Amino acid sequence: MSAPLLTVRDLRSYLATDQGVVRAVDGVSFTVGEAEIVGIVGESGSGKSVTCRTIVGLMPSGMTHISGEVIYHPHGDASILTARQAELQSLRGSQLAMIFQDPMTALNPVVNVGDQVIEAVQAHAKVSTGEARSRAVSLLRRVGIPAPEQRMRDYPFQFSGGMLQRALIAIALASSPRLLLADEPTTSLDVIIQDQILSLLLDLQQDTGMSMILVSHDLAVISEVCDRILVMYAGQVVEEGPAADVITAPRHPYTRALLDAVPQGEQRGQLRSITGSPPSLIDVPGGCRFAPRCRLATQECLSWETELIEISGPGRLARCLRHDEVERSPQWQASDSA
Amino acid sequence: MSAGWAASPSELLMKAATRASARRRSAVRRRLTLIAGLAMLVLAIAAITLAPILVSQPPNTIDALNTLAPPLTPDHLLGTDQFGRDVLSRILYGGRIDLAIAFGATSVTLVSGTIIGLVAGYLGGRWDSVLMRIVDLFFAFPFLVLVIAIIAMLGPSIFNMFVAIWITSWVAYARIMRAQTVVAKRQQYVLAARALGYGRLRVMFRHILPNFASAVIIFSMVDAVGNIILAASLGFLGLGAQPPAPEWGTMISDGQNYILSAWWLATIPGLAVVFVGIAFSLIGDGLADLLRAGDR
Amino acid sequence: MSRFGSLPRRLVHVVIVLFGITLVTFFLLRLIPGDPALAILGSSYTHARAQAIDSGLGLNRPIWSQYALFMNRLFHGSLGFSFFYHESATTVILNHIPPTLFLIAYSAVLAALISLPIGFFAGLRRGRAVDQVSRVFFTLSFAMPAFWLGIIFILIFSVHLPVFPISGFGSGLVGHLYYLFLPALTISLGFSTVLVRSLRTSTITTLRAEFVDTAQMKGIAWSQVLRRHVFRNAVLAVVAVYGVNLAYLISGTVLVENVFSLPGLGTLLVNSVSDRDYPVVQGVTLVFAVLIVGINLLTDVAQAALDPRIGQEIGT
Repeated sequence: MSAPLLTVRDLRSYLATDQGVVRAVDGVSFTVGEAEIVGIVGESGSGKSVTCRTIVGLMPSGMTHISGEVIYHPHGDASILTARQAELQSLRGSQLAMIFQDPMTALNPVVNVGDQVIEAVQAHAKVSTGEARSRAVSLLRRVGIPAPEQRMRDYPFQFSGGMLQRALIAIALASSPRLLLADEPTTSLDVIIQDQILSLLLDLQQDTGMSMILVSHDLAVISEVCDRILVMYAGQVVEEGPAADVITAPRHPYTRALLDAVPQGEQRGQLRSITGSPPSLIDVPGGCRFAPRCRLATQECLSWETELIEISGPGRLARCLRHDEVERSPQWQASDSA
Repeated sequence: MSAGWAASPSELLMKAATRASARRRSAVRRRLTLIAGLAMLVLAIAAITLAPILVSQPPNTIDALNTLAPPLTPDHLLGTDQFGRDVLSRILYGGRIDLAIAFGATSVTLVSGTIIGLVAGYLGGRWDSVLMRIVDLFFAFPFLVLVIAIIAMLGPSIFNMFVAIWITSWVAYARIMRAQTVVAKRQQYVLAARALGYGRLRVMFRHILPNFASAVIIFSMVDAVGNIILAASLGFLGLGAQPPAPEWGTMISDGQNYILSAWWLATIPGLAVVFVGIAFSLIGDGLADLLRAGDR
Repeated sequence: MSRFGSLPRRLVHVVIVLFGITLVTFFLLRLIPGDPALAILGSSYTHARAQAIDSGLGLNRPIWSQYALFMNRLFHGSLGFSFFYHESATTVILNHIPPTLFLIAYSAVLAALISLPIGFFAGLRRGRAVDQVSRVFFTLSFAMPAFWLGIIFILIFSVHLPVFPISGFGSGLVGHLYYLFLPALTISLGFSTVLVRSLRTSTITTLRAEFVDTAQMKGIAWSQVLRRHVFRNAVLAVVAVYGVNLAYLISGTVLVENVFSLPGLGTLLVNSVSDRDYPVVQGVTLVFAVLIVGINLLTDVAQAALDPRIGQEIGT
């Protein structure tokens, strides 16, 4: 494994709401290495987005209570969760960047796209407006936007979803970050564009050697691109390992169920969906949180104070007592538009 | 709940978060505005209705020996005016006129405007266009100016105040209700009701109206404040209640002449208007918080 | 306003509204119960004078003909004849316009200066001191009738602490600014309630927008995020509210002019009512309405300028 770039240790993000305390992220730990692409997969409410937002400090400070450590190694050994505003500002853009799910709302609607890219360029580089403009143009060209000089003057509402997402990627990359967090970057795009964006991301990653955290609920997307996969459920990591391993030999019933829910190449029969729904994050039940929906669950599971069990080395973990009974799927492949 | 989640860092975190969460949850806090407003309004109505019991002197009794007495004079809690008339008595009796407008004018326009907006919005097509033209037309005129002009033509009196308000105020309600109806009639439950064969009238009044009435009701509180101020304004300008009838606006206008020597004559009736106005405002705010998700 | 689609269509709509305004003001006069000449002349009624008024107003013609006469005069710039001032109503009205216009503009600017910062910070620091205090303050001032507030201001700032003059328009630009400060402040406080509330809500909503996150993640200063992204978007919602509530502003001028004895359109209107100078009442109403139409048009233009999405729709 490459040298760690980011270490997340026992991250907890609790939100104080009217209805009670939402334990959105409940003890998550992982590392991201240099030039590594880590995927976080899970259904809505699993805590994957909150994890990313907590890492970069975008959670509403009034209602979020955070504990744990996030260490960005090039910056030192202190957790950036306690960083002061100025410190965080210097890291954002130049070291850590993030792109969001819905490109239509992720850009300022009343400022033209060019100016927004220029703003990103000038955030960490003292260059003249002219120089910033030409850098912006080349950034837009690099992400595949045709005729960038003209399109720069356009406003977000004049772009399609796919083009906007490219522009967002350009913004994120403006100051050459070393770690890009992508929160569901393809979810609101149609399938063909999804592929294009994913290829673009892969391409850029290989070019720049930056690391990525890719969050999605779509296992197919994750499996295409990532080196390692984290599976999250109800605020916890339930499985972790190299992508190929997790896909072909899952060790947690939830991962198994996720795999089963994706239509396979020649499959004709019914899709197997997961019965039931995730537990409330407010009154979190004790024991294994997936047990109520799990095919392999036993009485013991319901009262087991869960922890991640090492399976075949430090990088391969699963939060399950019966992990060796989870079925394998050597032929699993992401369905594509065949 | 079985033991197991109390790992030490999460325990501390939970405590802090739970405290914060409990603070947000305080339901009483949310209802406070509504209760306060209702309390104030009830107090005002009670004082005004019970006026004959609370004050011994009728509002128009002239007492030439006791003119321009300041507040806290014996027998005259709030003083007397230039004719020796008791201010407190005039305030309580005068309140009848202003509150009558607040309730009488507002309720009529609320009902008429809502129905017109509902029907026009639901029927759509030409009815809707005509209504929107009328709405645009009315909104082109400054409200007070139009009311003044109408009263100018009809002649100043309390009744004509009502008439002028009835003619002009329904438009705001119609606009709100129409906008709601246009959205509502595309909703699933309306389509379902029609598919089941319910008549149009029934759909309008028993399906759409109950679900969307909240916006107009909240607006009616704001409108009530406006109408009270309007009544007082017209009285102030001499276009509403005529002397010697006690009315808060006319009292303020009279009091303006004595501003240097008897400041209370102009100030106190205004406080009465403010009091009732705040009552309605709080009720409106409280209802808004209650009925919507709210940004509190 | 963007429901009209394009600029030509908007202008057509304006014309229609103006036309409707003339209709309404025309019919105002017909509201008078009984004989208008009698109402106008009162005790100085003679048959001859009544005849003159009748033919002057064209009351002996069929109604469409009366309207044609009215419109014809209007196009020639005449708003009728003032019975009280014994001169053209247009002249009388024109003489009274400057103070009113000045007051409206002054109040509009003051209202913006007061409410924009307060509304923005109330939204940013939601639930904290600024927010709570401003809420209380503005709920209070909203319930205060404009004319009463004016009197209170006079009491405090003209009588007890002689800082500002009690009445009058003053002369010269500085004179106007000085004399009209209290009246403008009175009007703008009532107006500000709505603006503050609107901007506060708008700010809270905008803060949750994802483009604010994107802006933050560029690594720019929070103050820049607030300026270029949060404020610029939050204020859009307020422009519409501003325009719509201008009617309140204008109603306010009528009362405030009375309290501060300003020789403007509002005072003219009220005096004309008691003088039974109906043509002037009619004329002033018309002028006010046209003012509002003009202001609404300006609001649309402002919105189009600030928000490129609307600008595109209107075809600017």
